[in-house]
Amino acid sequence: MASSVPASPPLLARLEQSRLGLGILFMLPAAVLLLVFLTYPLGLGVWLGFTDEKIGRPGIFIGLENYEYLIDDSVFWLAVFNTLLYTTVASGLKFGLGLWLALLLNENLPFKAFFRAVVLLPWVVPTVLSAIAFWWIYDAQFSILSWVLMQAGIIDTPINFLGDPNNARASVIAANVWRGIPFVAITLLAGLQTIPPSLYEAATLDGAGSWQRFRYVTFPLLTPIIAIVMTFSVLFTFTDFQLIYVLTRGGPVNATHLMATLSFQRGISGGNLGEGAAIAVAMIPFLLAAILFSYFGLQRRRWQQGGDN
Amino acid sequence: MAGSKAFAQMGDVKSGDDGGMNYLSRLPRRIVTIYLPLGVFVFVLLFPFYWMAITAVKPNQELTDYKNYSPFWVVDPTLDHIKYLLFETSYPGWLWNTILVSLIATLLSLIASVFAAYAIERLRFQGAKQIGLAIFMAYLVPPSILFIPLAVMVFNLGLYDTRFALILTYPTFLIPFCTWLLMGYFRSIPYELEECALIDGATRWQILIKIVLPLAVPGLISAGIFAFTLSWNEFIYALTFIQSSEMKTVPVGVLTELVRSDVYEWGSLMAGALIGSLPVVILYSFFVEHYVSSMTGAVKE
Repeated sequence: MASSVPASPPLLARLEQSRLGLGILFMLPAAVLLLVFLTYPLGLGVWLGFTDEKIGRPGIFIGLENYEYLIDDSVFWLAVFNTLLYTTVASGLKFGLGLWLALLLNENLPFKAFFRAVVLLPWVVPTVLSAIAFWWIYDAQFSILSWVLMQAGIIDTPINFLGDPNNARASVIAANVWRGIPFVAITLLAGLQTIPPSLYEAATLDGAGSWQRFRYVTFPLLTPIIAIVMTFSVLFTFTDFQLIYVLTRGGPVNATHLMATLSFQRGISGGNLGEGAAIAVAMIPFLLAAILFSYFGLQRRRWQQGGDN
Repeated sequence: MAGSKAFAQMGDVKSGDDGGMNYLSRLPRRIVTIYLPLGVFVFVLLFPFYWMAITAVKPNQELTDYKNYSPFWVVDPTLDHIKYLLFETSYPGWLWNTILVSLIATLLSLIASVFAAYAIERLRFQGAKQIGLAIFMAYLVPPSILFIPLAVMVFNLGLYDTRFALILTYPTFLIPFCTWLLMGYFRSIPYELEECALIDGATRWQILIKIVLPLAVPGLISAGIFAFTLSWNEFIYALTFIQSSEMKTVPVGVLTELVRSDVYEWGSLMAGALIGSLPVVILYSFFVEHYVSSMTGAVKE
């Protein structure tokens, strides 16, 4: 663009010369912070996974010993299973309910802006603080849910929400879904609003019912954004820590331990930094899979846009 | 229950006798397929907040006595829990720490991000595209796999148990997000403006300060309040890097200091959660549109 200024070659030369220099200068603050506190720790984490470092004692290289230990560790595999279960069920529910909520909010409603604002609240409030509210809702003795069900005559004794392994799993998943729905719903709503109404009119004229309009108009056009939103959702759910730490700390009998909470328990509370880092590193393959998924979602969108033109 | 009903209704419409567009469907059907499910959603999404608020003002004898008092209401509201929180615990200190850490981390990240986004999007230096992609990748690195090596680093740098530990580590998730968002905003500013300024002899610095930034104010606000909220909500780093009570942030303090004995102080716990949530909720209520645009913008780009 600067080449359109023929009058002053010195200026042009200076600009061309300085572009790279200026670019590097402008990138410097962000690059330094990210390289020091993100890239380096990422590598350090992988290295720590190969050492027996403990809190207060530098470790030595022990090769794959941490991983060999983990392969025989039933608690680790239970945590992997829990994480996969938690991620699959919670993401599935978040997607289904979030999409439904997005479709509802996309209707012609009075106070639409108000509804949209209110729906996003669970996502804005600090997770730990809303999890504490859930903790109280799930209280073994004074749970409001148990009380309502008992009043309705459905159950006789309070539900042991967080004390029983399967109940605990269901409870933490419910709390995670509660927190995740707004994100899915609001981003999908933004996607829905970009779909031109004329497509629906055309489909209706062709005799499509509302299910067919959803299946053949809404869903295909929404697929790219669904791919990205769900990648983020899966990523956040898979690496979740806060909810579990507040509600169960991994209990009862490790039934709700996720890989992140196990990594914290072994690495920080237990002091075995090396082993904790190894567990964290074990999460990376799954995360890469999710990122590749997102990448192909993006590719597909590009292809669709090219096809339209 | 309401859900399956609504789905059944949606199935019915398949017959196609309703002519299609929403405004043509009759009111009773709209109540069942739209308002009822929406009502259930809003109720479920908001109930925990109501429960939080009502518990925070309940006197202790009402709190667990469901026989004589309806749990859904409070007969004799009290401010005791909030008073206890503000005057007998370190809560005000935690609030101050959270505000301080969030503000400084946000400001730091915003400044770094503005320069980075401008360089990537407008200076187009060699490799800018790859760096843009790298920034996006950095956005996908979750704190759960970084906290252990970061803890080691923080300890070795002598930052353990200081606010600096948080101020320096929060930008790891704030900068990628803010840069990505601002790149989108900068892209929407027409090149011609910059070209005119270049011809008039403006330097890159002047262009950035006098032309690009004023036009990107909505983006700056979006990125800023979103980053502030993210830092306010951060938990795992604050839990790992901070030990002494007076350095803790609100989420960590409420969880680790208010839950001490076996008898949980539900009233003050809920009050702590409520007051800790209020600042972000108030900020949110003023900038709903910015929030939505930054959330959707980050996903859309």
